[in-house]
Amino acid sequence: MRTEQETTSAAVAEVSRHTLSVLVENKSGVLARVADLFARRGYNILSLAVAPTADDRFSRITIVVIAEQAVLSQIVKQLFKLINVVKIAELSPGNSVERELMLATVRATEQTRPEIMDIVGDYTAVVLAEGDNQITISVGGATAEIDQLEEALRVHGLVEIQRTGQIALPKIGAEVPILRASK
Amino acid sequence: MRLNGAQALIKSLELEGVEIIFGYPGGAILPVYDPIIDSSIRHILVRHEQGAGHMAEGYAHATGRPGVCMVTSGPAATNVVTALADAMLDSVPMVCITGQVAFAAIGTDAFQECDTTGITRSITKHNILVTKASDIPMAVKEAFHIATTGRPGPVLIDVPKNIVDAGNPDAYFEFEYPTEVDLPGYKPEIEPDQVQIAEAIKLMLEAERPVLYVGGGVLKARGSAALVELAELTAIPVVTTLMARGAFPDSHELCLGMPGMHGNYTAITAIQRSDLLIAMGSRFDDRVTGRVKDFAPDAKVIHVDIDPAEHGKVRVPEVPIAADSRLAMEAMIAELKANGAPAAFKDRSAWRQQISGWQEKYPLTYEQSTDGELLKPQYVIEQLSALNPPDTIVASGVGQHQMFGSQYWKFDHPYTWINSGGLGTMGFSIPAAIGAKAGMPDRTVWAIDGDGCFQMTAQELITAAVDKIPVKIALLNNSFLGMVQQWQDMFYEGRRSEVQMSYDLPDYVKWSEAMGCASRRVEDPNEVEAAIEWANSINDRPVVLEFRCVDSERVFPMVAAGGSNDEVYVDPSQQSTLDAEREAAK
Ligand SMILES: Cc1ncc(C[n+]2csc(CCOP(=O)(O)OP(=O)(O)O)c2C)c(N)n1
Repeated sequence: MRTEQETTSAAVAEVSRHTLSVLVENKSGVLARVADLFARRGYNILSLAVAPTADDRFSRITIVVIAEQAVLSQIVKQLFKLINVVKIAELSPGNSVERELMLATVRATEQTRPEIMDIVGDYTAVVLAEGDNQITISVGGATAEIDQLEEALRVHGLVEIQRTGQIALPKIGAEVPILRASK
Repeated sequence: MRLNGAQALIKSLELEGVEIIFGYPGGAILPVYDPIIDSSIRHILVRHEQGAGHMAEGYAHATGRPGVCMVTSGPAATNVVTALADAMLDSVPMVCITGQVAFAAIGTDAFQECDTTGITRSITKHNILVTKASDIPMAVKEAFHIATTGRPGPVLIDVPKNIVDAGNPDAYFEFEYPTEVDLPGYKPEIEPDQVQIAEAIKLMLEAERPVLYVGGGVLKARGSAALVELAELTAIPVVTTLMARGAFPDSHELCLGMPGMHGNYTAITAIQRSDLLIAMGSRFDDRVTGRVKDFAPDAKVIHVDIDPAEHGKVRVPEVPIAADSRLAMEAMIAELKANGAPAAFKDRSAWRQQISGWQEKYPLTYEQSTDGELLKPQYVIEQLSALNPPDTIVASGVGQHQMFGSQYWKFDHPYTWINSGGLGTMGFSIPAAIGAKAGMPDRTVWAIDGDGCFQMTAQELITAAVDKIPVKIALLNNSFLGMVQQWQDMFYEGRRSEVQMSYDLPDYVKWSEAMGCASRRVEDPNEVEAAIEWANSINDRPVVLEFRCVDSERVFPMVAAGGSNDEVYVDPSQQSTLDAEREAAK
């Protein structure tokens, strides 16, 4: 006999990061419905990115959540109850390509600038703007890489930072688990 | 046919087969009220928009058809919110149309503007803000489709004034009612998976102590006949939750009655001791499970629910079946017969004996009033049940009277018990009864109400009087917010805080008469029968019987909130026997 609570506590260690790719109808209010659902049911979103797809009837929302399996399963089922949600797939590093974009403005003095440029080079980031004591860089990459870059820049002083949250697509030819889809 | 948005809206409702709109007009919805004059649809003018919502719910519960209500923007939309939340939690099919300020004014804090779709997002199954007149027919088509299929629920259509305005040239279009909806994300699946059915059958054949735990989903699925067949084929005893009273006849020998916080000892304990729980259209509500980790600890679970999100939400089932419960039961019956039922079942005579032992020892019980004492609510309800036709529809408020109603009325027909189970909305009974009676005019309809509840929605009795909807109200006046008083007495050391009402303020008889009802006060057990007969003899007006009840009655059995179902308190007259039994078992 298992109750959800016990499953939850037994599996605390298994809390992990999941990337959901949610295909929704391109109708007004859909994002609000999705955001509302997460807030109302107390699910944790790490990031959420939304954009139109090649088919203009649909948009794709990429949601990264931290959840243990039973909660993830509830999230997926509750999401799929939204009338405008058409399909939910789970993307993982193995079956998908993942990217995130970061813009960051960093303090850069005469002395620290070379060191910062080294870091920028290591991460194949691009300098977008330079001022007297600051530079703005842009970098695209896997979320984990960007986390590292953010840490490396932090020691020099981050003035402003904006990250897009992760987006992802299935790898060409890869089988992606479809968690829910309308027949 | 060239129509404006208002005409198109009413025409679309007609084409959906709507007979009755419960509603209340006002600025933003005014244009839609004009074509109502020429429509075949009956409009019932309520006295408060919450009443319109509950009437639509009562209508839907009783008839199985979606209830429809229509109100204006702003305060009217917020007034209907309670009913929407109620319908959401009890899965009631309902379509609510709200007026909205003109599209161009949305977002400007215009007069009587509120963000209706935002406010109702989490308390509707879906809502739609229509932006063009020509989108109205599809919005109506989708609303009815969504409200009535899959797990039913309320759908709201928000209609800006400009698109229904007869003076606006842009509000006219060539009307055509769609034959199909285009909802790529909504294709509810209702057929059971045969593999899961086979798994379920295997568990049923092995079970030694099975229980069918039946919820409101069976009623929504029109599954009562299939349930009786399944129960009889398997000889598995049935408990019916607060939302499912009447789904299985109380007089059936396999019926154990209601489980949960105020369920009877046998229903609660049978679940606790079961080795197989067949949850049929029920959702493991906290009022049923008590403390979840102690709920039915030895049971495997087969969980049939049309909403897959219910599987594992509270309890992880061994066999989840996402399907319409009627179809699932029919599939189980066929599969069981093909697998040698009933001969193939385990011998369950010990289980049957254990159950009848509990039934004998711990029946529902109360003490009749002593001389000079006011009425016992349980007695009033027993009398009402006995003196009314068996297919009488009973709507209830929320509180002790609701629990007594569920416990002491004998339900032998589906769709005869209408109550607010999920949201627990005080004031539900009167408008719900009116909605039920409007939909089922040939049936006797009673509301069981408390004095607290009555004062929340009594004004709808004027609606009933004016519109000739002769419902009957049994007002159990105990001069207290009885259920709250009970909790204070049991869990707050009897410290009573803000729960006392009054026996005679208001004067319920005069008030009822002023609202166009016939009314009588009853204080003596010997007068109860005659009063009920008198009420049943009046059919041209609503009737209110004020039953003056003792102010100290407790609802038993009771499981404390969050407590284990193994710690149920029974009637004080039975508690020492139970305590002794528990002691001996240690
Ligand atoms: C709208 C609303 N407000 C408050 C409550 C909390 N509540 C539950 S039962 C109850 C008392 C009901 O009193 P009454 O209608 O007199 O019925 P009784 O319990 O005495 O039978 C209250 C206040 C509620 N359920 N609904």
